[in-house]
Amino acid sequence: MSFQDVRSAVWGPVFLRPNFWDLAALLLLVGAMVLVVYGGEQTIVPLSDLKRTPVSLDPANLPYYALRTTMRMLLAIVCSMVFTFIYATVAAKSRRAEMVLIPMLDILQSVPILGFLTFTVVFFMNLFPGRVLGAEFACVFAIFTSQAWNMTFSMYQSLRNVPKDLDEATASFHLSGWQRFWRLDVPFAMPGLIWNAMMSMSGGWFFVVASEAITVGKTTVTLPGVGSYVATAIEQKNLPAIGYALITMLIVIIAYDQLLFRPIVAWADKFRFEQTASGEAPTSWMLDLFRRTRALRALTYPLGMANKAISTMRISWPVALRRDGKPGQSSRIIDGIWITVIVATASYAAGLAYQYLSASLGLSDVVDAIGYGLITLLRVIVLIALATLIWVPVGVWIGLRPKLAERIQPLAQFLAAFPANLAFPVFVVLIVRYHLDPNIWLSPLMILGTQWYILFNVIAGAAAFPTDLREAASSLHLGGWRWWMKVVLPGIFPYYVTGAITASGGSWNASIVAEVASWGNTHLVATGLGAYIARATEAGDFPKVVLGIVVMCILVTLFNRLLWRPLYAFGERRLRLG
Amino acid sequence: MLDQTKQAALIDIRNVCRSFPKGSGEQLLVLENVDLTIHAGEIVGLLGRSGSGKSTLLRIIAGLVAPSSGAATCRGEVIAGPPNGVAMVFQSFALFPWLTVLQNVELGLEALGVDAPERRKRALAAIDLIGLDGFESAYPKELSGGMRQRVGFARALVVHPDLLLMDEPFSALDVLTAETLRTDLIDLWIEGRLPIKSVLMVTHNIEEAVLMCDRVLVFSSNPGRVAAEFKIDLKHPRNRLDPTFRQLVDQLYARMTQREEPKAPTLGGIPGSGVGMVLDHVSSNVLSGLIETLAGPPYGGHADLPVLASQLQLETDEILHLGETLQLLRFAQLSEGDVVLTEAGVRFAHLDTDTRKKLFAEHLINYVPVIGLIRRVLDERPSHMAPAARFRNELEDYMSEDYADETLKTIVSWGRYAELFAYDEQSETFSLENPG
Repeated sequence: MSFQDVRSAVWGPVFLRPNFWDLAALLLLVGAMVLVVYGGEQTIVPLSDLKRTPVSLDPANLPYYALRTTMRMLLAIVCSMVFTFIYATVAAKSRRAEMVLIPMLDILQSVPILGFLTFTVVFFMNLFPGRVLGAEFACVFAIFTSQAWNMTFSMYQSLRNVPKDLDEATASFHLSGWQRFWRLDVPFAMPGLIWNAMMSMSGGWFFVVASEAITVGKTTVTLPGVGSYVATAIEQKNLPAIGYALITMLIVIIAYDQLLFRPIVAWADKFRFEQTASGEAPTSWMLDLFRRTRALRALTYPLGMANKAISTMRISWPVALRRDGKPGQSSRIIDGIWITVIVATASYAAGLAYQYLSASLGLSDVVDAIGYGLITLLRVIVLIALATLIWVPVGVWIGLRPKLAERIQPLAQFLAAFPANLAFPVFVVLIVRYHLDPNIWLSPLMILGTQWYILFNVIAGAAAFPTDLREAASSLHLGGWRWWMKVVLPGIFPYYVTGAITASGGSWNASIVAEVASWGNTHLVATGLGAYIARATEAGDFPKVVLGIVVMCILVTLFNRLLWRPLYAFGERRLRLG
Repeated sequence: MLDQTKQAALIDIRNVCRSFPKGSGEQLLVLENVDLTIHAGEIVGLLGRSGSGKSTLLRIIAGLVAPSSGAATCRGEVIAGPPNGVAMVFQSFALFPWLTVLQNVELGLEALGVDAPERRKRALAAIDLIGLDGFESAYPKELSGGMRQRVGFARALVVHPDLLLMDEPFSALDVLTAETLRTDLIDLWIEGRLPIKSVLMVTHNIEEAVLMCDRVLVFSSNPGRVAAEFKIDLKHPRNRLDPTFRQLVDQLYARMTQREEPKAPTLGGIPGSGVGMVLDHVSSNVLSGLIETLAGPPYGGHADLPVLASQLQLETDEILHLGETLQLLRFAQLSEGDVVLTEAGVRFAHLDTDTRKKLFAEHLINYVPVIGLIRRVLDERPSHMAPAARFRNELEDYMSEDYADETLKTIVSWGRYAELFAYDEQSETFSLENPG
């Protein structure tokens, strides 16, 4: 049975009589609604209230903070979803929009999000002067920028790869553009989109912690939430509070996994594009609970009807959005005009940026920034290499043991959500105690959260490694070094590259937090581009922030283009199994 | 059958041409001056090899592809976009995996704006008609191939189209399932229970065409043209063992193996000539096996293609393709639906592996111009190396990128077997070096 079947069933009184499951589900639903309303009310208070009630380290406040933080993250994911639908669809359906939108997305992906904060906080605070709402929006926007891009890419790729026969079937059966979007495009993109949303949700924690309590020049905003709690705990050197925050995060992650994502994944299983049933379908007790209810399902009936009514509306795309049709003479002229407009706008923007930066910055600043950038680059390379040496063997070992892999996988995903700030106390205390060089010993913080991507991708790769190849290897008596080089490493390579790309991208971002660590009034700074941006942000020195972001953007993009893309292409071409 | 007296043209195709861009940017003609009229009450078959443009013609009628020139009309109106009253059944079924059987069937009605109760009624009627009762709430992935194609039929029939288009609807099914589905469909047709006026089906299966169609148009390849038209007056249900049936099958085989009077030069069905010859990949193992089979009893070097096809359980298209490849390499000769081994073919059958490779190499160099060219270039260059791109560009002057890829793949595979040259896939380079 599924939600869809409800509509096809005959509606008699028997279906409307509530059962036990209704009660349980109803309680959950009412609870969720009360929480949302309560959390929402708190966002419209004036900003001055925030200063009167500063974040308290009393653990009793943590559930409330957790609620606020979770709501921000959920709001951000909803925004990401809406953004994804619009942006990806326009990019996929219009050739001309695609020329601009996709490269832009590629750049946006490599922009250090924490560097963004500087501008967005100022912007949103000015939008709602004196209201908490402005700071809330800035925070949600920061989380949004950490979540949206990979979801958009996933949707765009799905839209471009819609199977040709289904595409023809929708045309042949006269579905309008709107109907096609809801009947074909969205369902086809759904599994990839959900998977990416889950990854984004984990990744979002890092930015929540960094963006709830932020200082830009003279403005300091501390929104009630887990992030501010952690920041205050660090400021006040309160170790138990750090522990409480950690436990709270764990509970929240488990809760939204069980109550939100599991049900969605189980429900979305039907959208997986495969013609034969394979493997075990994902299950969710939450979804089962709702499917067993009677009255609640009756309540969803109008929703289902509305959904159906909307998705069957006969709205056609504007003609310009249609991909087919032969490029004619006039179309080529429009292309020309379009490209001219793009080039002109880009040059204007470049000129504007140059003017802005050159007013207060000289060539020596640029050289400085690039120098810092190269130091951070070195850190990223060394750290990825170290993480590879450690986690690849461990990942292979775990991945080849399915029972163990099943248990380790969620743990690794939790660790990936772990914000570097939480480890500040340990690092700062050790560095000060043993007089270590912060330039070296602060570096591990950069990869603390992101190394797990390598681990769980390698685990996935090793788990997917075909049994017959392993058997063949052992019957040929391949062992030791040869076994690693000829058998396993090539087999997991594509997975490893996927993990390493994510890990290195994440490390760049983390450098803004990790190169400047503090515990109470001890502040440690490592030399690097991250510290450069962080310091400029704190000083409210916008030109330097812009310069730092631009340099980081360029380095990340080059690093991806010159190293990771070719490796990825090689892996896909030569080493993809099956 | 439906109203036979009313002979208004449902579909009228006049002088239709269609070309697609080639790798080199020029246009590749796939359909040339095709005429076709479909009246109410008939089942018309388009029979041809893969690449003969018959699927393109079907898509022009379905309004999915626009003709490059010529006129395509449906009930007198020019076809621009999918016309009303035409529904299509796909080779790959094209079912939406996230919709149940019932929802898949209702889809076409939803798009037409039919209201819910009427929609449900008609969908259930179509499901009932096509024998899918009890499967309404199943998802496509829970069904077997045959059941899935039944959903495809129900989905097309539910909109009560005047014309049902079928694009090789049975070729993705196993033999028994396909036969059941064909006979079920024909039974419904002769009982007049299908809510349609006419059927146009694309197939490369000769027996299927003779079994189902009232009229068969045989397509020739490169560019696709209507080479012949056969009327089939046998009464339904038709018996495959009926001598008249067999005779028709033989006639169609003969027509399909007949050499074209070359306008665009073809070599016994292999499109293109000289370096521009399009080569579809056939493994050297399959070629050797076929030559051995032909040389041995009961054939003794001479076989009837339909008989050979059924013994080897091959589709018409496949057996013709194999025959043509042997013909290209001068190991066999095709004529009038028969395949005869040449003297070289007989010799090949009795050689050991090494001498076979030598003979194969000799024939490749002599009869496959592009392989001769590659070998010459490699011999001439001091480094004895040449990038594949050099030959790919040359191929793309004559054919689309896809065909150039396929041809290159064939060249590499045959060249490797014959030990004519080595190929490094990573650097995409041909060389004369002998690995190991």
